Amino acid sequence: MNTDIAFLPRERLQDLLTSLQGEGFRCVGPVEKDGAIVFSDISSINELPVGVTDRQSPGHYRLNHTEDKRYFAWANGPQALKPMLFRSRELLWTCEKDETGKLVFKVAEPEIEPKAVIGVRSCDLAALHLQDKHFLQSDYKDPYYLARRQKLFLVAVNCTHPASTCFCASTGDGPRASYGFDLALTELSDGFIVEAHSDPGMEQIQKLALEDADTDQIIEAEELLHNAKAVQTREIPGGNLYEQLFSRLEHPQWDDVASRCLACGNCTAVCPTCFCHNQHDVPDLNGDSSGHYREWDSCFSVEHSYIHGLQVRDDIRSRYRQWLTHKLGSWHLQYGRSGCVGCGRCISWCPVGIDITKEVVAVCEDGIL
Amino acid sequence: MNQKTGYVDSSSQRIKVAVHKFSSCDGCQLAFLNMGEPLLGLSQLVDIRHFAEAGMVDELAPVDVAFVEGSVSTTADVDRIQEIRNSCEILITIGACANSGGIQALRNYSSVENWSKAIYARPEYIDSLAEVSPISAHVRVDFELWGCPVSTRQITNVLRSLVRGVPPVRETDKICQECKRQNIVCVMVAKGEPCMGPVTRTGCGALCPSIGRDCYACDGPATDINTDALAQHFHDLGLGAGEIARRFAFINNASEEFRLAAEKWRDDE
Repeated sequence: MNTDIAFLPRERLQDLLTSLQGEGFRCVGPVEKDGAIVFSDISSINELPVGVTDRQSPGHYRLNHTEDKRYFAWANGPQALKPMLFRSRELLWTCEKDETGKLVFKVAEPEIEPKAVIGVRSCDLAALHLQDKHFLQSDYKDPYYLARRQKLFLVAVNCTHPASTCFCASTGDGPRASYGFDLALTELSDGFIVEAHSDPGMEQIQKLALEDADTDQIIEAEELLHNAKAVQTREIPGGNLYEQLFSRLEHPQWDDVASRCLACGNCTAVCPTCFCHNQHDVPDLNGDSSGHYREWDSCFSVEHSYIHGLQVRDDIRSRYRQWLTHKLGSWHLQYGRSGCVGCGRCISWCPVGIDITKEVVAVCEDGIL
Repeated sequence: MNQKTGYVDSSSQRIKVAVHKFSSCDGCQLAFLNMGEPLLGLSQLVDIRHFAEAGMVDELAPVDVAFVEGSVSTTADVDRIQEIRNSCEILITIGACANSGGIQALRNYSSVENWSKAIYARPEYIDSLAEVSPISAHVRVDFELWGCPVSTRQITNVLRSLVRGVPPVRETDKICQECKRQNIVCVMVAKGEPCMGPVTRTGCGALCPSIGRDCYACDGPATDINTDALAQHFHDLGLGAGEIARRFAFINNASEEFRLAAEKWRDDE
């Protein structure tokens, strides 16, 4: 191989999986389950969703089965990396009484295996970068997240099939993976363009002894990615919306969306950047030991804004407003960019199809944008 | 019992417990009996004074905690719940019947007299109130455990808290949150099922969605729900007004939020 762009014939995709398995990675990839594309342990590429495509619109997600031989001809399903690193429920520490009755605290140390994830999209890599900023901040690194993060090998798949709900082109987070991965694949009609973005990624390409991609293959990939950008119809206003949003906290649109919003929190759960959680203890019945757990919470839940004797956000209007103004406004103050990566999950997986791209424009409607 | 804090003082002897039954199927009481081995541990922590289904009968024995299953359906029930309230410090309702009337409260939509005549050869022997009502319509309820039936986990959690002298944790999350924590694919978005998850309190662990079917709201209304938006969405999914009304007027039909939603759509039928 002379250039850094290689070609992997379709029939050799299993070789990549086998090679990663050989290096001790537990391999995770997309599979079809319960009517959706979800990430799950895979032992063979035969488990990948061959010819499966998706149709997504606000509050709606369906799969189709086609004769296409492609493995990655779909846009993201409900989850990708978030549950693998920021677990939905995690034991943080335990407390036990020793023989003298003294309490002994122990940090929970989960067994973490090296994991290779195949099929990660650029929006999720952008979200991973944001979750890194949150969980791995200077002196306050989350050890559970960090341990899993350090053992991750990421095989990105450049997105050639965005859904109608996708808008990564407008947030600048896709459809091409540009950072934060080890290998990136672009699926062509007969194989994959392979690019390495890390030393371990380059080692894989060398191990597989791949040929250089030829010009036609590179052009085919470029066209697919150009098209994946061009077909996106939704967009979100660029730049920092902090001023626009926080100067419109009493906008009537918040009441309008509150009348439609279920406050179910599905948007926050599927959002790859949302990180809120609660913590609680689960003691055993006889009181000799107790486990301290962290689990996903949502700014839409009732308890989330409860502080001593007071619920700060006591209606759906204020909770939806909190979510949107934080995601697109105050996130800039916290992490230097918007918290939205354009994956569109909050639109597809909102049971009643509330569309963040429409709500933000409606709130900022008086031309300041 | 500590009168100041309202919670059981764990430093004293075992707390005294009673388990009562009103109009119900007995299923919630099984949450105690199905505990298995932990029931032995529990019996060392609590002193069960009355639990007819388990063989202990002393209905009006003074206790720290009375669990009440079932709804109030007869004139005798009205007096009995007052006596139970007077003989306990903390009253905890368990299950849909006790909290919101249960399935039998569906008769509130009709006339009990007509029902009795239609079903019984000698309806004059039937002593039924005109309406079935939840326990809270009659006496003060200190804590509610929702479910149809409640689970051993819920019973254990509340007893563990009371034994240790701390307030039990209230579960207020909606089913959707539990589905997402378990990585369950949304049956409403991916299959178009009319799932009650967005208005239903979790407690069951998202049991129905975990096997691919829609939630039918056993655990009753969650806090701060938007029944109008969900009912409208059911309509958009193709359900008729009567079907929508029946989604809400089911196990927890007598809960305020579900009753109002059901009435709104019944009127349209």
